[in-house]
Amino acid sequence: MTRVFEAEEIDPLAIGAWILGTGGGGSPYLAQLNLHELYKQGRRCHLMSPEELDDDDMVAVLSMMGAPLVGQERLVDATHLARSVRAMEEYLDKKFRAVMAVEIGGGNALSPFLAAALLDLPVVDADAMGRAYPEAQMTSFAIGGLKMYPLSMVDCRGIEGFVTRVPSWRWMERVSRAMCTEVGSTAATCKAPRTGAEVKQWGILHTVTQAVGIGRCVSAAQAQHRDPIEALLNHVGGKEIFRGKVTDVDRETTGGFLRGKALINAQVEDGQSPVELCFQNEWIVAFRDGQPLVSTPDLICVLDSVLGEAIGTETIRYGQRVAVVVIPAPEILRSTQGLEYVGPRAFGYDMDYKSVFTA
Amino acid sequence: MKRIGIDVGGTNTDAVLIDGSHVVASIKMPTTDDVMSGVVNSIASVLESDPALHRPVDAVMIGTTHFTNAVVERARMERPAVMRIAMPSGASLPPLVDWPDDLRAAIDPLVEMVEGGHEYDGRPLMPMNHAEIREAAMRIRDAGITVIAITALFSPLTDECEREAADILREIIPDARITLSSTIGRIGLLERENVATLNAALQGLGHHTVDSFSRALRAAGVHAPFYITQNDGTVALAAVAAENPVYSFASGPTNSMRGAAFLSKLDDGMVVDVGGTTSDIGCLVGGFPRQANNVVKVGGVRTLFRMPDLLPIGLGGGTIVDANTLKVGPRSVGYRLTQAALVFGGSTLTATDIAVAAGIIEIGDRDRVRHLDRSLIDGVMANIRVLLEDNIDKMKTSAEPIQLIAAGGGAFLVPESLKGCSEVIRIPHAGVANALGAAMAQVSGEVDQVFSGLERDAALAEAEKIARARAVEAGAADDTLRVIEAEDIPIAYIPGKARRVRIRVIGDIDFDRSTSGDASRKAAE
Repeated sequence: MTRVFEAEEIDPLAIGAWILGTGGGGSPYLAQLNLHELYKQGRRCHLMSPEELDDDDMVAVLSMMGAPLVGQERLVDATHLARSVRAMEEYLDKKFRAVMAVEIGGGNALSPFLAAALLDLPVVDADAMGRAYPEAQMTSFAIGGLKMYPLSMVDCRGIEGFVTRVPSWRWMERVSRAMCTEVGSTAATCKAPRTGAEVKQWGILHTVTQAVGIGRCVSAAQAQHRDPIEALLNHVGGKEIFRGKVTDVDRETTGGFLRGKALINAQVEDGQSPVELCFQNEWIVAFRDGQPLVSTPDLICVLDSVLGEAIGTETIRYGQRVAVVVIPAPEILRSTQGLEYVGPRAFGYDMDYKSVFTA
Repeated sequence: MKRIGIDVGGTNTDAVLIDGSHVVASIKMPTTDDVMSGVVNSIASVLESDPALHRPVDAVMIGTTHFTNAVVERARMERPAVMRIAMPSGASLPPLVDWPDDLRAAIDPLVEMVEGGHEYDGRPLMPMNHAEIREAAMRIRDAGITVIAITALFSPLTDECEREAADILREIIPDARITLSSTIGRIGLLERENVATLNAALQGLGHHTVDSFSRALRAAGVHAPFYITQNDGTVALAAVAAENPVYSFASGPTNSMRGAAFLSKLDDGMVVDVGGTTSDIGCLVGGFPRQANNVVKVGGVRTLFRMPDLLPIGLGGGTIVDANTLKVGPRSVGYRLTQAALVFGGSTLTATDIAVAAGIIEIGDRDRVRHLDRSLIDGVMANIRVLLEDNIDKMKTSAEPIQLIAAGGGAFLVPESLKGCSEVIRIPHAGVANALGAAMAQVSGEVDQVFSGLERDAALAEAEKIARARAVEAGAADDTLRVIEAEDIPIAYIPGKARRVRIRVIGDIDFDRSTSGDASRKAAE
């Protein structure tokens, strides 16, 4: 099914994407503003079920790449995302059937919509993470061993570049990162194109619908003065593992990542030990008494316990009242192959992944 | 050193007269519709009780909510031109894109987007096109606009483009009043542009207000130089302040916190300022309010510049109490307290009524609340305690207990002891803490900028030089300046020694330089 993506769905998508960002992924605010502007100008996006893709359809996988700080000055613009798609079509001499997001968590959830609004191509209801992760190889497409090139990159001055061939996903990350830095640390990218068959087999499906649903359910609960956390848990089949107060935050920037940990204590003294939440851009593992409570790839979301709004690893601070909520991870991330890319060991934690959802 | 501090709020105009650090007189009176007669009357009132009337006043410090109110009411603003130098980046999000429609319509700016600006590492994004700027300037001139906000890409890092554009604009519009975003805001193009635009739109009101105050002072027989209080708890010469009205947006709560620091002789701690409708909770660091590091909305507009970090909560003297649920607020009878509250013969149960019934304050007619149930009174007082404890804790930066200063007209609502607070400090003259905060203010200069290509020491030295120059311009005596805040952070993800440096210097007012039209003061000394 392909249907119009309604204007009223933009804000819920942004709220849901921010929650699915699991602490990272960058704020969707500027992308959200752009999409509202395009809708005001009469543009409309269409959302397409992945099942509707033919096996040999070509799908463009989009994201904005760069440093968040630069994004606050060089504001995201749909034109360049759209151009990265056209540039790729020219390079391949093939036409895309649709566009999709590489990650549904954070601002990049909206990137394919920005391009789609200008290109008259539908957005596939899918992504390649089901959440947010910091690096290019942490996708379901990498887990599936799919081809990692070519990549097109476009900046606002009309600079266009391609990475036409690399031997691995990690090299794609390095080379494209260097190009991006040269043009000012912000650029629109169209990643290695996918076929309809690849999207259907390796993509994480229906995540746009999931994000909009999460956003709607949290907003509705807020409007009706119901507990937004409980509403979210019911909606996604999630688990609340802790509710309490942030009592300490320790961060450092190393190797281009924001790493650190936050301590959360029970709000009322009940003899329970505090929960220690470790992050690397996103929330990665939570411990209590040295024992892991939950780890990646399970989606660890920290939410304001009253408002239900997501709290990022950059903005968490002492005194906040938070609920730590876990949303089930997509199956592909939990597979043996998937855990090699996104399990706790991929982030330097020597421990096995055990889902909080398996008793 | 004699000073008068005046706080012109929406409800009350407060004035104090201090001599050295001694409070000679204070007065609280309703703000008048014309504002100025309230100012004249309050000055006359405090001067009446001055035993040393023969010695003239050295300075008058005025805090005003005029500029914030103009934004909130969408009134009294001038049509500005907004020039953004960042093309071809950001084209899809033009200036004012995220403003409330009614406010955008109210100021109806002429928008010009031109090529130029810099990258994070100081390289130009595009060469600036002087002919393009000249053409834009002529359109602005032809529209009869004289207030202009200029915002260039990454201007907190280098203001070169903004300055060059301003020079071209002045050639074509000689009487242009120009706001450069780099002098006001931080990294974050939209938010910085928003502040610059608000500032440009308010400059006319800034000058008008300062002129009116000046006339009010003369009418009250005061010929001392006068200053306007700023967001950071300092003052600037009125003429300088008129150029930057956005710096006075939050001066009310800031003055209150400064006054609380002065009265309690405490430089570090938490302040809760309980007013009629709401309370503001803020932190004192070195005698000044802690600054917010995040987006602060003014009249629905996202801004990012130096504003005090305040947590407003719905607790004040006029807060409405639900007798059935014992719920406190957030609604309030506000300025109608003296008609609506039970103790004043009204029919609405307010926090003030509960406090009177509990015997912690005597206001109005206590007999009117004698019928209130003890369990109701205790229950509501307990809820007020929890509300305060929770929100004070949210403003802390560590679990250590802190000293809490209770300020404002509703300070009686703050219990004697609170969880997380080592003590609750009450202060004399709490009701006019804001006017006192204004009266005792010093002058500051600050810089919050990204420096690149400089060694750390050189960057810090350059920043301090800029901050000092700004303080002197605002009226400080150069030889009294000292650095009270210095912070530098290397910027992540960005190669090439870029670091953000934030320095604030503060010093005493340079009276020698600011004694215009006050020969008698010199003679009297």
